[in-house]
Amino acid sequence: MSISDIKKEFPIFSNKIHNNDLVYLDSANSSQKPQSVIDRVNQFYTNEFSNIGRSVHYLAVAATNLYENTRSSVQKYINAKDKNEIVFTKGATEAINLVANTFGQKYLEPGDEILITELEHHSNYVPWHFLRQSKGIKIEFAEINDDGEITLESIEKKITSKTKLIAITHLSNVTGAVLPVKEITELAHSKGIAVLVDGCQGAPHLKLDMQDIDCDFYAISCHKMYGPTGLGVLYAKKKWLEELPPYQGGGGMINDVKKDSITYGDLPNKYEAGTMATAQVIAFDQSIKFLEKVGIESMITHEQELIEYGQEILRKNNSVKLIGNPKNRAAVLSFTIEGVHPHDIATILDEDGVAIRAGHHCCQILHDKLGISASARASLGVYNTKDDLDQLNSSINNCKKIFNL
Amino acid sequence: MDIKELYQEIILEHGKNPHNLRKTENFNKDAVGKNPLCGDNVHVFLKLNENNKVEDISFEGSGCAISMASASIMTDLIKGKEENEVKEIVNDFLGMIKENPELESKNLEEDEKTKLMCLSGVKKYPMRVKCATLSWHTLISAIDNTQEEINTEQLD
Repeated sequence: MSISDIKKEFPIFSNKIHNNDLVYLDSANSSQKPQSVIDRVNQFYTNEFSNIGRSVHYLAVAATNLYENTRSSVQKYINAKDKNEIVFTKGATEAINLVANTFGQKYLEPGDEILITELEHHSNYVPWHFLRQSKGIKIEFAEINDDGEITLESIEKKITSKTKLIAITHLSNVTGAVLPVKEITELAHSKGIAVLVDGCQGAPHLKLDMQDIDCDFYAISCHKMYGPTGLGVLYAKKKWLEELPPYQGGGGMINDVKKDSITYGDLPNKYEAGTMATAQVIAFDQSIKFLEKVGIESMITHEQELIEYGQEILRKNNSVKLIGNPKNRAAVLSFTIEGVHPHDIATILDEDGVAIRAGHHCCQILHDKLGISASARASLGVYNTKDDLDQLNSSINNCKKIFNL
Repeated sequence: MDIKELYQEIILEHGKNPHNLRKTENFNKDAVGKNPLCGDNVHVFLKLNENNKVEDISFEGSGCAISMASASIMTDLIKGKEENEVKEIVNDFLGMIKENPELESKNLEEDEKTKLMCLSGVKKYPMRVKCATLSWHTLISAIDNTQEEINTEQLD
């Protein structure tokens, strides 16, 4: 598929917003959905619906096969060794909570340390905070440098003999910095420390290879990856999924239930209690097909061109200040305008059909460190073009005009 | 609607150079308000005299042009009013921002009403209503001396 045809796959772009074409620059929040994904949800509910894994009738068997087929597609897409290393969750948030809860329960003692970074989204901090309260563990923060990056050295500095797990983002949703997750994992493993990567932003924009990164856990948010809401993926190495206790109890995750004892099911059922987001899982297969049709390499090249272009025009724009200057940046351009609060920027841009996000983007720790309460953020999807960034720039100029800058 | 109806000159001016952005000396009532979704925060200080008249009112905090302008205009209008008048004015303002076409308060002069109506453009931007009302809810909390922090996510 040629890059210029991509927008046509997304029906939302035929709508007008305040009588303007939609310039969607909020994909780090959630991406838009291609027609194929939307159609798949409809098709499943219309003609193929059944719950999975329980009944023996035709529809149940067919739905189960479709559901498991997505698991295989995800396994291939992220190059996991084993299909059973793919666990579906209700989102990346649940994926991280699953690890924090089960890992914390089994392996953490008071005084143990979890190492995260100042770039982390609240969903990769709050679950560890729960353990700080319930288990008396400590949370250490690797510090960003002046460019808004996390280096291998900044991680190394905070590792102690008490560090039990390092939980880091793959790609910052504020500075756009891509972290050296492979090197960090290598370092951590050399000291016997497990690694969780928050892949919410990494998964939609970077080439994923779990066996190459070698991390122990990787959390994916499907709705940021051109897929349906209500769905996430936890990749975890098989040994962890076998060793860790189950997360939620309920139907589907058990083996044998007696009045005085319960045994749990095999992988991946052990971690998929209750009725899962069946339609979403089945539709997510189309998201992966879409990404494969675009081609990961051409997607990366296209988005890299956009990010370079975006940085170039925003740097030229007086009074716009880009947040962070990472050498390896992808998909995200956060900025402030001297004299205009980010919320005012977002409201004024919206009037032109330009959708951005304003606020702390669930990264209060980072904004505190930067000494600001909020920022404006333009984030890219594979459907964006240079025209979109030109429109962003001209709407920013309009904003400056309104504020007499 | 034109975005300039929201960002009128008077709003921009108050947003840029807010009046009464300071801390009242010897204040006898105060309250804190926060909007956890966007990080806006305001601290309102009141000094009421023995006749329950607002001798001074001020605020500290940071936020968008709408929230700063709203707090600035509010403090200008409230100064010199009596406690029971203040409550009536706040309710009138909140009613106008939510649904009423006009301000009806008998405790406001016509020119004061005109000033306040500059904020009425917010009505068409539901996501921004909380920016305009945060300082007003916080003022009521200060008057009632509830010591409760106002949180926009817990308001109607």
